[in-house]
Amino acid sequence: MWARQNIAGALAFVGLAVAAPFLPSWLVSLATIAFANGLVVLGLVILWRAGLVPFGQALFYAAGAYTVALIGRYTGLHDVFVLVAAGALVAGVLAFLIGLLLARYRDIFFAMLSLAMSMILYGVLVKTESLGSTDGFHVETGTFLGYAPHGAALGLALFWLVLGACGLSALLVATYFGSIAGVLAAPVRDNEIRVEFLGLSVNRLVHLKVVISGVLAGLGGALAALAVAHVDPNMAYWTTSGGFVFVTILAGAGSVAAAFIGSFVFELARSIAIDFFPGTWQIILGGALLLTILFLPEGLGSLAGRLRRVPERAS
Amino acid sequence: MLTAFAILTDGLVYAAYLFLVAVGLTLIFGVMKILNVTHGSFYAFGAYGAATAVGIYFERGLPAAGGFLFMILVAMAIGLVMGAILERGILRFVYGKDEVVIVLVTYATFLMLEDVIALIWGRQSYAAWQPMVAAGSVEIGDLVLSNYDIVLVALAATVATAGYWALKYTRYGRLLTAVIFDRETAAAFGVNVTVVYTVTFIIGAMLGALGGAVMAPKISVTLGIGVEVIVLAFAVVVTGGLGSIEGALTGALIVGLCRAAAVHLVPQIELFVIYAVMALVLVFRPYGLFTQVQPRKI
Amino acid sequence: MTLHFGNSRHVGGLATMATLASVAVAAAQAPAPRQPPAPVRLGIVSFLSGPAASPFGVPGRNGAEIVIEALNAGTAPAPFNTVGLGGAKIEAKYVDEAGSTAQVVTEFRNLVQRDQVDAVVGYISSGSCLAVTPVAEELKALTVYFDCGTPRIFEETARKYVFRPPPHATMDNVGAARYLLAKHKDVAVYSGINQNYAWGQDSWRDFVGAMKVLAPKATVDKELFPKLFAGEYGAEISTLLTSKSQALHTSFWDGDLEGFVYQEQARGLDKRMPIIYTTGEASIWRLRDKMPDNTIIGGRGPNGPLAPDTELNRWFQKIYVDRYGTPPTYPSYQMALSVLGLKVAWDKAQKAKGAKPTTDEVVQAFEGIEYDGPSGHVKLALSNGHQGIQETAYGTYRFNKQTKQPELVDVMRFPAGCVNPPNGVNADDWIKDGMKGATCK
Repeated sequence: MWARQNIAGALAFVGLAVAAPFLPSWLVSLATIAFANGLVVLGLVILWRAGLVPFGQALFYAAGAYTVALIGRYTGLHDVFVLVAAGALVAGVLAFLIGLLLARYRDIFFAMLSLAMSMILYGVLVKTESLGSTDGFHVETGTFLGYAPHGAALGLALFWLVLGACGLSALLVATYFGSIAGVLAAPVRDNEIRVEFLGLSVNRLVHLKVVISGVLAGLGGALAALAVAHVDPNMAYWTTSGGFVFVTILAGAGSVAAAFIGSFVFELARSIAIDFFPGTWQIILGGALLLTILFLPEGLGSLAGRLRRVPERAS
Repeated sequence: MLTAFAILTDGLVYAAYLFLVAVGLTLIFGVMKILNVTHGSFYAFGAYGAATAVGIYFERGLPAAGGFLFMILVAMAIGLVMGAILERGILRFVYGKDEVVIVLVTYATFLMLEDVIALIWGRQSYAAWQPMVAAGSVEIGDLVLSNYDIVLVALAATVATAGYWALKYTRYGRLLTAVIFDRETAAAFGVNVTVVYTVTFIIGAMLGALGGAVMAPKISVTLGIGVEVIVLAFAVVVTGGLGSIEGALTGALIVGLCRAAAVHLVPQIELFVIYAVMALVLVFRPYGLFTQVQPRKI
Repeated sequence: MTLHFGNSRHVGGLATMATLASVAVAAAQAPAPRQPPAPVRLGIVSFLSGPAASPFGVPGRNGAEIVIEALNAGTAPAPFNTVGLGGAKIEAKYVDEAGSTAQVVTEFRNLVQRDQVDAVVGYISSGSCLAVTPVAEELKALTVYFDCGTPRIFEETARKYVFRPPPHATMDNVGAARYLLAKHKDVAVYSGINQNYAWGQDSWRDFVGAMKVLAPKATVDKELFPKLFAGEYGAEISTLLTSKSQALHTSFWDGDLEGFVYQEQARGLDKRMPIIYTTGEASIWRLRDKMPDNTIIGGRGPNGPLAPDTELNRWFQKIYVDRYGTPPTYPSYQMALSVLGLKVAWDKAQKAKGAKPTTDEVVQAFEGIEYDGPSGHVKLALSNGHQGIQETAYGTYRFNKQTKQPELVDVMRFPAGCVNPPNGVNADDWIKDGMKGATCK
């Protein structure tokens, strides 16, 4: 089962990478941002499997993005691999520190404390007039190990970079899901005390999850900053966090791939809705979410499972 | 001295605003364990309804005090209808799902209602200033206070007292308390939880609409006002402790006074003060100020 | 109510065919065919949802709609009385600016790459403009901004494909300071209440900077920055009531502005000190007698009641009121100025070439143009001819009880050179260094 999923994932990954140069460039840049955001969603899936939903994940997203933007602005360092790694690292350190506190909280208090933290970062960024306050500032174009593409080539290079980051993260997270700490997510969600009776510290398990999801959000933010070439404090605002949670529920926690598929479907649906129904796109999005919850409680990711099950039953 | 007095009055007025906005949210959470994002829509619908009502009423040149009451009645009627439709039409199908999933259901509803507002009332803004202007003002030293603000403080105090009394001393209130404490046991003792849920949600919606209605004369009723209120209300009730009226009141007072002090003394930090207070309270009281710690079940 | 291309791929195919046909005809040196040329496609971007829709997005969109209709019908007054852009009808697609910066950039790419528009006109938020600019340069897409105010767009790097005919926000606050000091010479202490985001912070910084130059002895008392869309200003009003301020500056807009007007009037703040609303013009038609008399009103340039009394302005006022039932406010004027600027450049390039110009040819023709819009004369004088400057005007509010109409009296006009930095000088530096080179005669 695992092997089959991994092969399917690898095939999809290679297929996308090969197809990219032949796709229209607007679709490639939409997918770049969608997959970068998909990394944040992947981090939320990790938390959600343990029953935790932060309303302030945008904190780490913005931290990653601003790290990239600031390094580019003040040090002249432009290599995307260094920048992205730095973004993920800063977000990870931040997640570790905040996690010391956050890991003790559950339910709505977990959600609201993380929201408070992200809103404080938002306030600090808004107050920083030298960084353009809410207008934000431009992110310098990155280089890829000395290769400095422009125009369409840059779009493709960024897409491949994001795809690579997604592939690597998906692999690592799938491994994590198979590990003891990963498998324990469901017991933590169902009943913490039983897990503690096994001699494990639930707080430490949660802390680890917070750090992993923080790194993923930072990675996503760093890549999004490079893809959009602009950062602003809105990346830390609670509506950004809410959007990620929205996609997480839409995608479902069933599989790693669902995070990316869900994120892509969401961006595409939003773009189409805003294009064809400029006055009512929120009704369309809200309605889609509502229908998903009512009729696909496991998220879009479960669709694939259902389709697979049908032939099995037939045979 | 004058500054201290100003901080106190401003803090009270702001706390009254926060309490009126947050009390419906905390009620629904206390009973149904739903963090209701649609609360922002109730607020917005209440404000739009009030603005429409004020427009119709004052066009006829009727006495101002009646306009205030009419505005509140219209808004609460809207809250009643919306609460009933949403609870019966959507929410009852998702009870029993994850709390977070239900939050998302209310978020989806909120998104849709944002566009519904634009479809009903258009994209232009509405004004309902007449009740506030008619109320006049009093002068205390250099400070001028609007009588309308004083009415708001009184209204908040009334709602708090009435809510407290209703929960403690009426039959329905005691049933509610039983459901808050333990839903399953209450059901086992023959409490009709379905009806309690419907009624609670409707009352919560009416309180949300009331919050919007009484704020309508002070603001410009325009698209997006609901968004701003949601997080503010969340912060207040989480600070005070979700699900209790005392909690919402205390949270509103603390946040209101801290914000007023910040504006007068250190305006630079106004943007963070609400979240800083919330984070600080949660660090020391992880479940807010007034929540009883739930025993953990094995 | 919103125009669409319908099936955009289909239209795109038709456009390509038409272009091929016209190329073939041109190659054969045949006389121009009688059939109309392929339409020019414009993307028009402004807020159609959210709090900025009602005050800016919808008036901006409406301004584009009626001007484009009039251009297509050829009914605009001279010199704009030729059809569309270079004789080709304009097809407009209206897009919502709402969403995160990433989404705004995505929608811009969609317009240029998927829908293949010939030019994009739009953007209200300065954040949108800053984020879209590098993308427009990368895609070589002609982009005309109509409302966003920040001077940073052209100051950080020189731009080729991006233009902004309406002046940037510096002149709003320099003009406000000049007007305040002309009317209230003895202001010694003043305060500001501005929204806590880039627009409010920049406005206040420019205003204080200008005041320091023009009245070095005057001091700042309270600097209040309530959060954007706060709605409730009780504490701020108390602070101001108990202060010693003799004037108040604010760049509040729409909902926040109106809420503040209601709340401060209930407590008589405007009786204590004159209040300057740098964007007040956009709200006077809704506030009417609720806007207190003696308030100082600006309109981000000579727009609305501050616009000069010309034939073009009267025409614009008339078609706008006839269609939408309310007078045009400054976003409508800025949009009209931007669309007409594009027409001037396009027609110039078309005339020089004798056929539909390429983007680069329009860009070349656009640089440094001068023309008259409904809000009077504009010259793309700054940033190598990409940034427009106009005169600005401020006035004092009166609600005329006889006509029951808002009026601006005591209007003072400040020439473009008096309130804008000279070419090549950053706006911030210009104010800091004492506004050298300002010509106010």
